Amino acid sequence: MEETEEEKKDEADYKRLHSFPLIRHSDMPEEMRVETMELCVTACEKFATNNESAAKMIKETMDKRFGSSWHVVIGEGFGFEITHEVKNLLYMFFGGSLAVCVWKCS
Amino acid sequence: MPAKAADKRRQDVSGPSRGKASKAGKAGSKKRDEDASTEAGDALGDLARALVKSPDQLELTEAELKQEITRTLTADNPQAPQNIVRFSFKEREYKLVDYLDQTAIHFSLNGNLIPKDSDEGRRQSIRSNIEAEKAPDETPAETSEQAEIKDEEQAGDTEAAGEEEGGEEEGAAEEEAEAAEAAEAAEAVEAEEPPPPKAPEKKLPNQFNFIERASTTPFNPLREKGCQTEPIPSLNFSATIHQWDIYDAYVEELQRMEKAKEKEKSKPQAVKKEEEKRGLRKLSHVEVQHVEPITRVAKAAKIAERMVNLNTFDDIAQDFKYFEDASDEFRAQQGTLLPLWNFQYEKTKKLAVTAISWNPKYKDLFAVGYGSYDFMKQGHGMVLLYTLKNPSFPEYIFSSDSGVMCLDFNSEHPHLIAVGFYDGNVAIYNLRKETSQPSYKSSAESGKHSGPVWQNELVHMDVIKLSGEGTMQGPEGLQLQTLGCGTSFDFHKKIDYLFLVGTEEGKIYKCSKSYSSQFLDVFEAHHMAVDTISWNPFHLKVFISCSSDWTVKIWDHTIKTPMFVYDLSCAVGDVAWSPYSSTVFAAVTTDGKAHVFDLNINKHEALCTQLVVTRKKNKTTHIQFNPVFPIITVGDERGLITSLKLSPNLRKMPKEKKGQEVKKGPEVEMAKLEKLLSLVREPEAKAET
Repeated sequence: MEETEEEKKDEADYKRLHSFPLIRHSDMPEEMRVETMELCVTACEKFATNNESAAKMIKETMDKRFGSSWHVVIGEGFGFEITHEVKNLLYMFFGGSLAVCVWKCS
Repeated sequence: MPAKAADKRRQDVSGPSRGKASKAGKAGSKKRDEDASTEAGDALGDLARALVKSPDQLELTEAELKQEITRTLTADNPQAPQNIVRFSFKEREYKLVDYLDQTAIHFSLNGNLIPKDSDEGRRQSIRSNIEAEKAPDETPAETSEQAEIKDEEQAGDTEAAGEEEGGEEEGAAEEEAEAAEAAEAAEAVEAEEPPPPKAPEKKLPNQFNFIERASTTPFNPLREKGCQTEPIPSLNFSATIHQWDIYDAYVEELQRMEKAKEKEKSKPQAVKKEEEKRGLRKLSHVEVQHVEPITRVAKAAKIAERMVNLNTFDDIAQDFKYFEDASDEFRAQQGTLLPLWNFQYEKTKKLAVTAISWNPKYKDLFAVGYGSYDFMKQGHGMVLLYTLKNPSFPEYIFSSDSGVMCLDFNSEHPHLIAVGFYDGNVAIYNLRKETSQPSYKSSAESGKHSGPVWQNELVHMDVIKLSGEGTMQGPEGLQLQTLGCGTSFDFHKKIDYLFLVGTEEGKIYKCSKSYSSQFLDVFEAHHMAVDTISWNPFHLKVFISCSSDWTVKIWDHTIKTPMFVYDLSCAVGDVAWSPYSSTVFAAVTTDGKAHVFDLNINKHEALCTQLVVTRKKNKTTHIQFNPVFPIITVGDERGLITSLKLSPNLRKMPKEKKGQEVKKGPEVEMAKLEKLLSLVREPEAKAET
């Protein structure tokens, strides 16, 4: 029991530690990247349980802000192969276990 | 008689039958008359035969037959009652009616014609006109017009007929006629309605005979144009994530952050210093970068400036290069000076030119020193370097607090100029450096002279200063005491240690560098201060001196008396030998004139005396020959440098005899001068002996 408790604590710790948004790959301009990252964090925190709603929110906001048409994938385990417009891709981790990929391609 | 009666009856018949008459009356009377006429005709024909008697004819006796019965014609209507009696209620009795209507209407016809000018007639004509316009073709219009014309004619005929009839029945039947006309008019009015339906019917004959006309507006031709935007650049990207990838990434990031923190803590100060240095370097780098473009532009700007100047002064440049005064051939040994460029600078307008010197390396560059000869007022000084390629602005500008008295280029290092100031300082300017300050400057400590430094000459990096106090100082502490103040000196071109000094009193001392305390020789040269001394560039023994006592004298340093003396009637400011000929020299006087002499041609007079500066009260102070080009520069009191070109007469080389080789070079020049001198010397020698 102690071990499980410790494990839980560790998990909680590492989740806390690792919950900051970490950008894995991006070719956006600085301003755009920061804004998009914040948007993703907001959305994921708001819809912590529902990835689809979070993705919907991100996509709609991005469409309004930066033009159509954006694609958003949020998940914990997936592989992807995408074609994106140059300088319009953001691939980041968040919350210790979530990965968010945002790209534009019309 | 019956024939006459028959004739009369015929007339009676035809008369009323001409006009309109009532049908009944006419018909009746016609019958009777016809019968009578046929009888008469038959009777005439049958006269020859026996008289044919009708059964009901009256039987008359012959006497009764021959009886003449008169018949009278009257306009009275025989049918009309003649004795109508009416009961007059007024008089209560029967009265005979006097007037009886005698009109017998033989024929009446209701017509449908109306007068054109009546209202209905006008209306109809307008309507018919409109209908005529509606029909596009001409023929229906024509036919309608013809129909109108016919109608009109008919109307006119009926009118005429009406008038005639009216005219016939005048007199007793006037009223009846008028009434008849009125009746006719009324009938005519009634008959108006039939004509309007006729008008539309007029179009019928033209229905199948009309011309079509059609037109269409121009339309713009259609053109197809298509374009396609460039496709947005896109890239492919692929990745796979699992939970462990995320974990690993976070762990790595945390480690990196920790390391960064450690680094910051361990070396905070060093990092800061580095940053500062980097910042400074960046600044300087930026500055350099900032400056670079300007310097790059500076070179281009300089070239552009020179080009502009060349264009502006194009004719002068052409003159400088190619113009040779052709009139010199006719002038018989006289020459002229062609003025070329003027050099002046705003800030030196109040300063006098105190020294001119040509750069030994760059033949178009010359230095001018500015100061003031007025010993009471002394202002600042300037050294300007001009080039012939840019007459509008000096290339180099150096300013100093004290007026410049003299300057000279170093012959081996042409970027160094030695300048002597009024306050006794000597400075050396380095043209290669961009600063406007002298590289070296003598200061009070190092034995500065209190009087103005008159002349210096740079020879092998040695600077010899000649002061106004009366001391001469060289770099090795060489000191010579002269009795008067030195005003000018000159080094011998070939003999290194030999030099001449001229004084304010008019004496010229010959000195040597090796003898520090004594001079070799003294010449009683002038009555006033010796302004300039100059060795002849070719002949080893000859030098020239000029003074404010209006004279220019040429000496052989071995002989005490001058070889040639020239009185120029005005204080001579400066004299200079020409670099190309041993016998040519030029002098400037304070009245603004330049004199050029050639001893080879004329020993006593100047070849050219020319006014150089135009303004009054402007004295020319210095003159210099350009070592290469045939021009001289003259400086004056107003800071203006004038360059003049020597005409060919002034530049004459000795004519070679036919068949002989042309010898050029210093030997020739020397020989030339030697010959001249010998002419002068021999009589002297003779005189001495």
